[in-house]
Amino acid sequence: MRIAGKGILDRSRTVGFRFDGRDYTGFEGDTLASALLASDVRLMGRSFKYHRPRGVMTTGSEEPNALVTVGQGARQVPNVRATVQEIHAGLEARGQNAWPSLGFDVLELNEVFSPLLGAGFYYKTFMWPKAFWESLYEPLIRRAAGLGALSKQHNDEAYEKAWAFCDLLVIGSGPAGLMAALTAGRAGADVILAEEDHRMGGRLLMETHEVAGKPGADWAEEALQELASLPNVRLMTRTTVTGAYDGGTFGALERVGLHIANPPADLPRECFWRIVARRAVLASGAHERQIAFSNNDRPGIMTAGAARGYLNRWGVAPGHSITLLCNNDDAHRTARDFIAAGVNVEAVLDVRADAKAEGLPLRPGLRIVDTAGRKGLSAIIVADREGKISRIPTDCLAVSGGWNPALHLTCHMNGRPVWREDIAAFVARPGMVPGLAAAGAANGTFSTQGCLREGQEAAILALSELGMSEKAGAVPQAEDGAVNLRAYWEVPKPKHRAWLDFANDVTTKDVRLAAEENFASVEHMKRYTTQGMAPDQGKNSNIGALAILADATGRGIPETGTTTFRPPYVPVTIAAMGAGGQGAGFAPQRLTTTDKAARDRGAPMIEAGLWYRAAYFPRPGEATWREASDREVTMVRERVGVCDVSTLGKIDIQGRDAGRFLDLVYTNTFSTLKPGRVRYGLMLREDGMVMDDGTTACLAENHYLMTTTTAAAGQVMRHLDFVKQAHCPDWDVRAISVTENWAQFAVAGPLARELLNSLAQTPIDAGTFPFLSCGTLRLMGVEARLFRISFSGEIGYEVAVPARYGAALWRDLVSRAESLGGGAYGMEALNILRIEKGFLTHAEIHGRITAFDVGLQGMVSAKKDCIGKGASQRPGLTGPEREQLVGLKPVQPGALIGAGAHLFDQGAEPISANDKGYVTSACWSPTLQSHLALGFLKDGRARIGSSVRLVDHLRKTDTVCEVVSPVFFDPEGGRARG
Amino acid sequence: MASLIETNACDGLLPISVGRAEMAECTAERITSVAPFKGRTRALGTGLKALGLGWPAPGTSQTSKAGSILWTGADQAFLIGADPAGLGASAALTDQSDGWARMRLAGPDAEKVLARLVALDLRTAACPVGEVRRSGLNHMPMVLWRSGEDAFEIFVFRSMAATAVHEMAAAMRAVAARDRFD
Amino acid sequence: MRINCPLCGTRDRREFTYYGASVYADRPAESAGPEAWDDYLHLRDNPAGETTDLWYHELGCAAWIEVTRNTVTHEISGTRLLTAPEKGGAK
Repeated sequence: MRIAGKGILDRSRTVGFRFDGRDYTGFEGDTLASALLASDVRLMGRSFKYHRPRGVMTTGSEEPNALVTVGQGARQVPNVRATVQEIHAGLEARGQNAWPSLGFDVLELNEVFSPLLGAGFYYKTFMWPKAFWESLYEPLIRRAAGLGALSKQHNDEAYEKAWAFCDLLVIGSGPAGLMAALTAGRAGADVILAEEDHRMGGRLLMETHEVAGKPGADWAEEALQELASLPNVRLMTRTTVTGAYDGGTFGALERVGLHIANPPADLPRECFWRIVARRAVLASGAHERQIAFSNNDRPGIMTAGAARGYLNRWGVAPGHSITLLCNNDDAHRTARDFIAAGVNVEAVLDVRADAKAEGLPLRPGLRIVDTAGRKGLSAIIVADREGKISRIPTDCLAVSGGWNPALHLTCHMNGRPVWREDIAAFVARPGMVPGLAAAGAANGTFSTQGCLREGQEAAILALSELGMSEKAGAVPQAEDGAVNLRAYWEVPKPKHRAWLDFANDVTTKDVRLAAEENFASVEHMKRYTTQGMAPDQGKNSNIGALAILADATGRGIPETGTTTFRPPYVPVTIAAMGAGGQGAGFAPQRLTTTDKAARDRGAPMIEAGLWYRAAYFPRPGEATWREASDREVTMVRERVGVCDVSTLGKIDIQGRDAGRFLDLVYTNTFSTLKPGRVRYGLMLREDGMVMDDGTTACLAENHYLMTTTTAAAGQVMRHLDFVKQAHCPDWDVRAISVTENWAQFAVAGPLARELLNSLAQTPIDAGTFPFLSCGTLRLMGVEARLFRISFSGEIGYEVAVPARYGAALWRDLVSRAESLGGGAYGMEALNILRIEKGFLTHAEIHGRITAFDVGLQGMVSAKKDCIGKGASQRPGLTGPEREQLVGLKPVQPGALIGAGAHLFDQGAEPISANDKGYVTSACWSPTLQSHLALGFLKDGRARIGSSVRLVDHLRKTDTVCEVVSPVFFDPEGGRARG
Repeated sequence: MASLIETNACDGLLPISVGRAEMAECTAERITSVAPFKGRTRALGTGLKALGLGWPAPGTSQTSKAGSILWTGADQAFLIGADPAGLGASAALTDQSDGWARMRLAGPDAEKVLARLVALDLRTAACPVGEVRRSGLNHMPMVLWRSGEDAFEIFVFRSMAATAVHEMAAAMRAVAARDRFD
Repeated sequence: MRINCPLCGTRDRREFTYYGASVYADRPAESAGPEAWDDYLHLRDNPAGETTDLWYHELGCAAWIEVTRNTVTHEISGTRLLTAPEKGGAK
C-alpha cells in the first residue's frame, strides 16, 4: 500500500500497466516491483524447482525471486527482474515458471515430491538407463523446472553497441560515487558516471538520513545538477557496468528503450558499451543478505534495506504489520522508518542478546523457528528460551544478516578478495583490477559519511595518478553510525527447509549434503547444489552458503574461500552483446563493380570469402545450374567468355630490392623476370606447405604486380608485411594492395583477341603480345592493363581498368562477347574449366600440401633460399608416402563422383585404416563428356594408369576410377599459347 | 569511339541525412599512395615541399593549396588531390583513386555516430581536427580523417561501400532516435 | 585488452591479429638442418609469466609488433615495432 506523504515520486503522473493479465496503476518512477507492492501484490514469481510462491526480496538487479517475462511473441524477454523494469504505458508483464498462472500452478506438485528432489537428485536418479537421459528424463525435468522461456522466434528489434572513453569511470551514484564524480569533475577530468538505476542517488534515495543538513535525496539532486552542468562529465543512467577487462576496458549494459511506451523502431532496446577508462572507482554499494530459517522464502519476506527502501523512495509499505529479524544495528533503521511513517511494527527480533534499540518493540529471547502463509506471509512462529512456541501475525518480515560489498568487478581479473571479520564479509584488495579502486559500501564502509569520504579519496588518488591537480573541498556532514554486526547465518536445526539460493531453490540441507558427500570444496559444492548458478549468480546467497559449508566442514570462511566472480555482473541479453552482428551486420559484403549487372541478369551469387561472385548467368530456357554452366564452358572452349576476376588479390610491389624480395617469398625466381612479362609463382608457408599461387607481372624495372587467390589475399598481404618487417627491414621494397583499385576481367576463348580488338584503340596480335606478357592497352579512352594469362586453358587475357570504369567495361565486353556467340561466365564454369586443365585452387592447396604433393617440386629453386624451403626438405614431406595430386576418371563415364570421396585399393574394405587418399574437386566436364575429379592419392604419380576404388560414404557412391594425369584437357597447352 | 562511363563508389547509396548527422560521397580526387624508397626520405621531403607539403608524422595530415597528405601507415601516406609526378624517383607511387569509397560524415552527432562503429577515442583532445587514424569501421578497414570539429572523412574499401553505408545509416538512425528522448 | 602500437597509440585488441611467440621472427639459415627448423617452427615455451609475442596491426597501420606481456597478470610491459633496431624480450 502507498503511504501518504512518503517517497520521492511525483504522484501527479500515473501510469497504467498490466501484470498477469490484470490492469494496475502506478506512478512515473515506479518499478514493476514497487508498483505491484503498492497494489498489495506480493506473489511475483514461482521458484525454479519446487514452484514455491515467491515475492520480491530486494530493490535492485540482484533480485532472485521477482523474475517476470516482458513483452509478447518474438519480442518477449524472459527473466526480467521486476525491481529493474520501470513501468510504462503498454507494459505487459507476466509471471513465469507457472502453469496455468502464478496463483494456481499445477507444477506446485513438485513440492510434494520435494524430499526426492534435493541436491544431486538428478545425477543419482536419472543415471540409469543411460539412454533414457536425453530422450526421457531431461525433457521432463526441463518442462517442470526452469526460469522464463525463449520465444524461439527471430527478434528484429534494434540493439546497439558503442564505445566511450574517459579519464575516470565512476560505477554507481550513491554517496561514494557522487562524491568521486564531483571531485574528479570539478578538477576537469573527463568523467563517466554510470548508474544502474533509472535515477541517480543510490541509497540516498532510500534512506531518511541527511547529508549536509538536508535530506539525502535533495543533496544528491543538487550534486547531480552540478555534475550535469560540467561539460566534462557524462551521466549514464540505466547503465550497469557488467565486466572489468584488461587495459582499463569495461563492459556496460544500457537499457535504452525498455522503459518507453511505444518506442520508435530505430530506438535501440539496449546498448552494450565498451568503456575505456584510465582510472575507475567502484562505488557499487552492497547487497544485504538473508538469514536462513524454516520457510524463509514466503512472499512478504524481504531484506530490511529493501523494506525501508520501498517506503522511503516509493512511498510503499510492503505490509500492514512489519516484523524485523536482524543481526546488526543498521537494520533497526527499517523499524524506525516504518514507525515514523505510522506503519505498525509488530516485533523486532535481534539475534544479539545485548542489542539495544530504544523505542523499538525489541523481543529479546525470541527465536524465529518457522513462518506461515501459503501464498504470502501471515505470521512468524517463534520460540522463547524455554522452547515455548507462539505466533506473531505479520505480513512483512524484514531480514538483515548484514551486507556484502558488491565487489564483483574487482574479481573479474582473477583477483581474490579478503575476509573482514568485523563486517563478516569479503572486501577487495587494492590493485585486483589495475586502476580500479573500491569506495564506500563496495569497500565495506557502510556509513554515509564514510562513503562520501572514500568517494572523494578514491577520486583524489585517481587524479594524482593521472597527473591532474584537484581542489578537494570538505566532505559534507552525514550520519557516521557503525553497523555493529554479529555474524549469524542460520537459525539452528530448522524443522523445514531453510532457503539459501532462492532463485535456484537451494537449501541449507543441500549444502550440508554436498559436504557430507565430500563435495566440500566451494567450487564442487556450487556445482553439486547449483547454488549461485541462477540469474543472480549467488549475490543473495553465496556468503550464506559459504558459511554453512564452512560450518559443515569445520573450516573458517576465509579458508573455505569464495567461488570465482566472472563477468557479466548482471544478465546481458545476447542481442545486446551481439548488437550490430545480426543479418547483414555479421560481416561486410564485398561487391564487385559488376555486382548489379550480374544480379540483373539473374545470376545467383556465391560467397568467396567476403566477396560475392556470380555462380552462372542463366539464359531463358535453362532449367538448372548445370545447363547454364555447361553452356558457359562450351562457350569459352569454342567462342569467347568474359568473367569478373576482380576479387583476386593484387599487390603492387616496388623498390630496388623488389625482385630479390619476390625471390624470397616465391619458390621460383622472379628477379630475372623482364618488364612486360608475367610468371606463375608458388608461395610456401615457412613450414613447407603451399600458401598460395598466382601470377606476378613485371610492369617496369623494380615494379611488380602480384596476384593472389581471392581466398588468400589477406593472408598473403599479412605474410608479405611479416617477411618484409621481420626478415629484410633494410631492403628497399614497398608493397600495397591494389585489389580494390582495379576492375579486372578475364576474356578467354578462341575469339578472345577478336573481342579485345573490337574495343582497343591499337589492336594486339599474338606476335606482339604473346602468352605470359603484360602491358597497357587503351580501351575506349581509358588506359587499361592487359595480362596474357589463362586459367581456362584457352587463349586468355585479363584486362584491368580503374574500378570506376568496371561497370561500363563489363557491359560492353559482355554484349560484344554475345555478338560473337559467347557471353559472361561465372564461378561454376570457371571451376569446370580449371579442373579440366588441372589448375589448382584452395580446394587443392588446403594447407597440408607441399610443392612435391602437387608435382611442382621443380619450381623450388635450388639456387636460392625461399620461405618454406628449409622445412620443405625435411624427411616425410617428399616421397612415395605422400598423397600426390592426380586426375581421376570413372571407368564408366556416366558414373558420378563427388568431392570429399575417399580412395581405396580395389578389393580393400573402405574403412579409414585402408584410406589411400581423397577427392578435392569434381565436376561434369561438358568438354570431355565425363565426370572428372582432382584428388590426392598415396604415391599417386606412380599409379597413373592403374585404377582405384572411390567410395563416398555420404552420397553412397562406390565407383572404380582410372588414375590419370591431373591435366585432362590439352595437356600440351597449345590452345592457351595460340 | 565512345568512352567508358564512370561509376562512383557510392553510386545510388548517398547522400543520406538523419537527425543531426549527414553523410555524402566526397568529390572524386586523385589519391596516390606515397611510400618513400630506402634512403630517399630527404629527396621525398624536397618533392613534397614543392607541393607545399611535408612528410606527415604518424596520425597526422598536412594540407596545402596543391592538396593534402595523410599518414596511412608505416612508411606510407596518401597524397590527395595533388599531382605526384614530381615524387616519382624518391617514393613508390601507387594509384589508389579508385580503391576507396570516400565519404564525409558531418553534423553535431557525427562523433556519436562513429562511437557506434569505431573503437577509437575521438574526443577532440585525443583526436584533434586534421588528425588521421587507421582503424576499423566495425569490421571494415578504414582511414578516418577528422576534417572538422563535427566532420570526418571516412575511407573504406570500395567493395564495402554498400555495407559501410548500411551500417552508418543504422548508427545514424539509432543516435537520432536517442536524441528524441534525451 | 589494449595494445600500444608504437605508431598508432593504444588500440583495442580487435584491431590486431595474434601470431605467436616472437621467436618466429628469428629465421634459421636454409641449411640449418631439420632440428633447427623443427625447433623454430614447432617448439614453443609456455611460460607462466613474461612472454613476448607477435601481433599484426591488421586493422591499423600494418605494422608487426612485438608485445611483451605477462600471461599471469595480463600486464603488457612493452611493445616495439619488429623493424625497430634493438630487440627486446627473450631471444
